[in-house]
Amino acid sequence: MKDISELQFPETVRYAADHEWARPDGDSVVIGITDYAQDQLGDIVYVELPKIGETLAPGEVFGTVESVKAVSELFMPIGGEVIAINSALMDSPDQVNADPYHDGWMIRIVPAQISDMDLLMDQAAYITMLKG
Amino acid sequence: MSDKLGTTGLILNEPLVWERGKPGRTGFSMPSEDVPFSPLAEELVRNDLDWPDLSEVDVVRHYTRLSTWNVSVDAGMYPLGSCTMKYNPKTNERQAGLVGLSDAHPLLPAPLCQGALKLMANLEADLAEITGMNAVSLQPAAGAHGELAGMLIIHACLEHRGERRSKIIIPDTAHGTNPASAALCGYRPVPVKSGPNGILSPDAVKAVMDRDTAGIMITNPNTLGLFEENIREISEIVHFMGGLVYADGANFNAVMGVVNMGCAGVDVMHLNLHKTFSTPHGGGGPGSGPVCVQKHLEPFLPVPRIVMQNGAYGLSRDFPLSIGRLVTFYGHFSVMVRAFSYIRSLGPEGLARASQLAVLNANYIRERLKAFYHLAYDRPCMHECVFSDKKQQAHKISTLDIAKRLMDYGYHPPTIYFPLVVPGALMIEPTETESRDEIDQFVDALIAIAKEAEENPDLLHDAPKTPKMRRLNEVEAARKPCLAG
Repeated sequence: MKDISELQFPETVRYAADHEWARPDGDSVVIGITDYAQDQLGDIVYVELPKIGETLAPGEVFGTVESVKAVSELFMPIGGEVIAINSALMDSPDQVNADPYHDGWMIRIVPAQISDMDLLMDQAAYITMLKG
Repeated sequence: MSDKLGTTGLILNEPLVWERGKPGRTGFSMPSEDVPFSPLAEELVRNDLDWPDLSEVDVVRHYTRLSTWNVSVDAGMYPLGSCTMKYNPKTNERQAGLVGLSDAHPLLPAPLCQGALKLMANLEADLAEITGMNAVSLQPAAGAHGELAGMLIIHACLEHRGERRSKIIIPDTAHGTNPASAALCGYRPVPVKSGPNGILSPDAVKAVMDRDTAGIMITNPNTLGLFEENIREISEIVHFMGGLVYADGANFNAVMGVVNMGCAGVDVMHLNLHKTFSTPHGGGGPGSGPVCVQKHLEPFLPVPRIVMQNGAYGLSRDFPLSIGRLVTFYGHFSVMVRAFSYIRSLGPEGLARASQLAVLNANYIRERLKAFYHLAYDRPCMHECVFSDKKQQAHKISTLDIAKRLMDYGYHPPTIYFPLVVPGALMIEPTETESRDEIDQFVDALIAIAKEAEENPDLLHDAPKTPKMRRLNEVEAARKPCLAG
């Protein structure tokens, strides 16, 4: 596992305490897991994502991710309706390890309240939390 | 240190069974036909079954060679402990092999199997006494089945009271099967975090316990190997709101004859005979997960139940509030015989002594290793102790590398990356049967590995080197499994 200084935390996304990120993109928000999360999990072998059209509240489980070490649940950083999922992860779950913020994105939602983004951490706050 | 336990030796290769043999080779001869030839109905005939053609000696050598690749508790200590399977005393096998027990047909009428029924009745009574509960059903076929039985009993009890509740509290240090058992019964698991000392605080339970919550599933000792000291207070909080307390007894090896779960406020719990009570279960079975209840839940136990009528044992279904039957026949009988043999050969003092030694051994390991490996919770443990790879991370060494290197020293790796509350967990459970010499040898191996991690980390990255198979590509195996046959 890497040191926090070796991991990437872009300024363009917001962070949840459960190690998901959320990035506004037009009217929608793209969600995935952070570089720290994928590094902790190790090699990811399976990703289960929700159905398109599901509406989920903040903190609700939207899927699971399975690595050679463990199975973890994925929690909604903000609430909203799922309008797209990254189906490429079915065949290539390793994209989450290789590129967690772009090719490894998981779901795209229409947020229930875009202002909920303000409740998430920015890069500095997230790094401070990780250094704990 | 004396000679290292792990060594190299001649190991025979063995192909897949389909790659052995030649067409026409056979291991049996059929008697000559003495009835007219009658072809099978066409829809029953299949030609796609790829049966290998093998002689008897082919089959014997195939499985004997494969068996030499195995690690077993009869060959050496392994740190998975009772969580997987502890040492099985051989006298249990003698009892289970007694013809009157091993050949008893499950459909024998009660008057012809009084001995078998008596054994089951006595085992139920012994388990009730050991746990401090009032009544027991031996039906559940394994631990998670016992959990499901417990959840069904809680549901039936609430329904009988005219209540419907939708949630179950499950701490993050409970066994992983608990949420699944609750969900299978229709309950929504409500996770609760353990406190900074690794155990559950009454306040955390109080914060989520309400009248829509059926109760709590608590593993005690928990998966960190720590005793849930607040169990009685937590039980009172749950009971105050009309809920019930379920105890997962998978870690009961630490507390046999020491803790009375009934007095701790537990309403229903299960035991794993195949863990705590020393019965063998290679390859995933057979297990046995008896469910034990307090008096007020007895009417809901599965049927048939063993009863005494007119001085003789019998089976009765006359329990109208019962959750019903859980298995065909009566559960895994030969497992019950072995567990009964274990309980009666140790006796009350022996069982308590076994738990005390299991706890002593784990604490001895904890003390000897804590200077070398980070201890997740630095306090006395029960029958298992949890370390992590925190100290070794500086050398780019992970728990997986430590586990793989342990194989070079002749030990099966311990449980790793569980419990999930400890990142990089390395959980060691020695059990009561290991002598101080055995444990010292194991601890010395782990100390040597900690030194190697600092001085020569590649030894760990490249491990294991002595086993038949080197480090396997676990990612590829999980992503693209290749299943033959």
